Amino acid sequence: MNNILSRNNAEKRFKVYGFLAVSTAIVLLGILLFKIFSTGISAFNQSYIGVKIEINNSINSSEIDPRTELRQQLRNMFPELTTRAEKRTLYSLFSTGATYEFEDLLKANEGKTINGYYYFLASDDVDMYVKGTVKREGDSAGRLMSGQLKILDQFEEQNLVELHINKYLLAGADSREPEMAGIKGAIYGTFYAILIAFITSFPLGVLTAIYLEKLAKKNRLSDIIETNINNLAAVPSIVFGLLGLAIFLNFFDLPRSAPLVGGLTLGLMTLPTIVIAARSAIKSVPPSIEEAAIGLGSSKVQTIFNFTLPLAMPGILTGTIIGIAQAIGETAPLLMIGMVAFVVDIPGGPMDPATALPVQIYLWADSPERAFVERTSAAIMVLLIFLFLLNITAVYLRKKLEKKW
Amino acid sequence: MSIEFILLTIIGLSAYSFYISKKKAAAISAINGAEIHSQPNYHGMYAAFLTISPALVLLIVWSFIEDTIITMRLRDYFSDITEPSIANFYIEGVINFVDDVNSKAMDHVNFFTATEYYKSTMHLNLLLKSIVLVMLTIIALRYSFKLISADFKARDLFEDVVIKVMNIASIFAIFITIGIVLSLLFETLRFFESVPVQDFLFGTHWSPQMSIREDQVGSSGSFGAVPVFTGTILISIIAMSVAGPIGLFSAIYLSQYASNRVRSFAKPIIEVLAGIPTVVYGFFAVITVGPFFREMGIFFDIEGFSSESALIAGSVLGIMIIPFIASLTDDALSAVPRSLKEGSLAMGATLSETTTRVIIPASFHGIVGSFLLAFSRAIGETMIVVMAAGFAANLTANPFDAVTTVTVQIVGLLTGDQEFDSAKTLSAFALAFVLFFLTLILNVISLSIVKKYREQYE
Repeated sequence: MNNILSRNNAEKRFKVYGFLAVSTAIVLLGILLFKIFSTGISAFNQSYIGVKIEINNSINSSEIDPRTELRQQLRNMFPELTTRAEKRTLYSLFSTGATYEFEDLLKANEGKTINGYYYFLASDDVDMYVKGTVKREGDSAGRLMSGQLKILDQFEEQNLVELHINKYLLAGADSREPEMAGIKGAIYGTFYAILIAFITSFPLGVLTAIYLEKLAKKNRLSDIIETNINNLAAVPSIVFGLLGLAIFLNFFDLPRSAPLVGGLTLGLMTLPTIVIAARSAIKSVPPSIEEAAIGLGSSKVQTIFNFTLPLAMPGILTGTIIGIAQAIGETAPLLMIGMVAFVVDIPGGPMDPATALPVQIYLWADSPERAFVERTSAAIMVLLIFLFLLNITAVYLRKKLEKKW
Repeated sequence: MSIEFILLTIIGLSAYSFYISKKKAAAISAINGAEIHSQPNYHGMYAAFLTISPALVLLIVWSFIEDTIITMRLRDYFSDITEPSIANFYIEGVINFVDDVNSKAMDHVNFFTATEYYKSTMHLNLLLKSIVLVMLTIIALRYSFKLISADFKARDLFEDVVIKVMNIASIFAIFITIGIVLSLLFETLRFFESVPVQDFLFGTHWSPQMSIREDQVGSSGSFGAVPVFTGTILISIIAMSVAGPIGLFSAIYLSQYASNRVRSFAKPIIEVLAGIPTVVYGFFAVITVGPFFREMGIFFDIEGFSSESALIAGSVLGIMIIPFIASLTDDALSAVPRSLKEGSLAMGATLSETTTRVIIPASFHGIVGSFLLAFSRAIGETMIVVMAAGFAANLTANPFDAVTTVTVQIVGLLTGDQEFDSAKTLSAFALAFVLFFLTLILNVISLSIVKKYREQYE
């Protein structure tokens, strides 16, 4: 009796262990996503400070130096700030980007006069304080000193501090100033690299899969190719990075930091994934269809390209999308071929120096400014959402197009 | 006229060849009815292939040869320089000066005569190349057009070409492996010219930075990789002790206990963990797990708790490999024949007893295989450890200490600017070589275990 009781208890305990394991994994995923999204969401807004701009002559933007003029306007707002140090404190509340925004404002009002409140980009320290990332401790807050806070308080009393949509994050290139840093350049870099990776790995992978599955005689060579591909799929990605470094950069002398090299390296890395997926998709096409085609007089190649391949395509595409999604998130090989440079320009083609989105995340995560933390999370959000969409497409493709035989 | 223009011309000619050959074949078939061997399309495609291929082959060969010849000729202008690497430097300067507007002239008596020579030769070369390539294409076009007749077996020939192309594509995968091995091997051998093998494999002091100074070259002990290997293994073991139990029990629960609804909901969620880029895990380690463990360290008053401790990197790495273990073990458990499980249950064993005494022993090979694969993943993983573990190589088994890994060192040694010949950069290749072979052996063993075991029940 006692024995059965303890056995049943053991059974229950065992089941609880299993349940706990599954829930731990799910909870960990939840914590990870929650942490990233809760940190990153605030980066989509950005602090702006309103400045009263009053220019009564008709504007000729080429004659006005936006930097000095903006400072003049600021001084007009706070006539009581007289010493150089005080004035400098006032200017320091604004980002260097404020000058560019002011320049745009002047250009937009060419030949007219301006009178009213306009909002300009605040510095990252102000931004973090406004969002509550750093709290006021004594008479300072984070890197904001008491003098800066005093002036900021005056702005806040007049309700001139506002959160606007962060247009730099998605539409700007990288910058040393967190408030002006964006991921557009990195997204372009990723786009070019993935395009190259797809162009190289997809045809090669599909042709290899067809050959191994349909044409190769079972001999030593096909055995070697097969084990070789299975092993390549498990080679650490950083080794592919070293391959890219040794072959594409040192041997072929291709330019460093270029998405072309990154794409070729990622393409080699994705190739095994595509081959394995394509093989299983080709294998799942029923032989009866191929036999019917051959029976009606198709040659082997005709059968493959007219019947087997179209029927296997959904499976091949699903596998390819999953492989490409992996490649998009891959960082280590890109570090090896020098796609970690600080690139301010948005790349215009696969030969221009660029970073990629995951590398940008790595670079931002590594930078000392605290304001980059939320931007890193925001960049991760963009990456994860994109990967999620890709995977949804893959699942949809499989559900929609794949036939059950 | 540039190389792109020549290529476009050749492609255009090949398209034209397709068109006229197809038309000719169609005309023949219209006269002879069904007598023609291949369909017009095949005639067209084979003709297009014949037209384009000689020019492409020649173009590749030509490009290789022209480089060698030009460099040899330019070498004569700098014959007063005896050191080959410096002469090459000047030759590159000449080429850059002509090709790139931004590059500056170099200080040498023959520099401008050399650039003039290079410019005129390249010009002539391009002209010659375009004429020869286009002529060759036209000859090939005429030849392929003439071949077409009612019993010309264009389809068979074209299909042979297609099969050859696929064969070459599949062999390419072998070239990747050969490329990896060779590129790692050469640099590794060069590394071992300056640092003895036994010092690298058995030395216990790793500080590659020291060898930058001239007088430090060959100083024994600075390339002893043992701390790097032990660090890698320590972090991987921590990762496995996180992922092993969670992955194994998840797989058991999902394959034996969970209802279909729970399974269809929980399995994809766990697999999402595998789809998250590792750089994201690295960031998670830095902003969440690191601070959490540090606070625990203060709370439990653990001395010497490093902010880059192996525990932080290892546990986040563990989270990352949970789905690998879970799904591979799930496969192994599901592959056990139902009859074994049902037999055990029918004898009165509870499900947990059946699992631990029948199903797990029956699928033991598969489970071991999945653990080995996960372990090899953990060893080769880069971004998490780069972001969460340190660069300092400590020889320690204490999980609270900072350790470094092979991948961290490779990234540290090869990012940033450095000359390619120093022992420091070469040591990265030696590390990668060890990493590659270690993971390869683990993979081969685990794949063969899994395969053998699968065959057992088929």
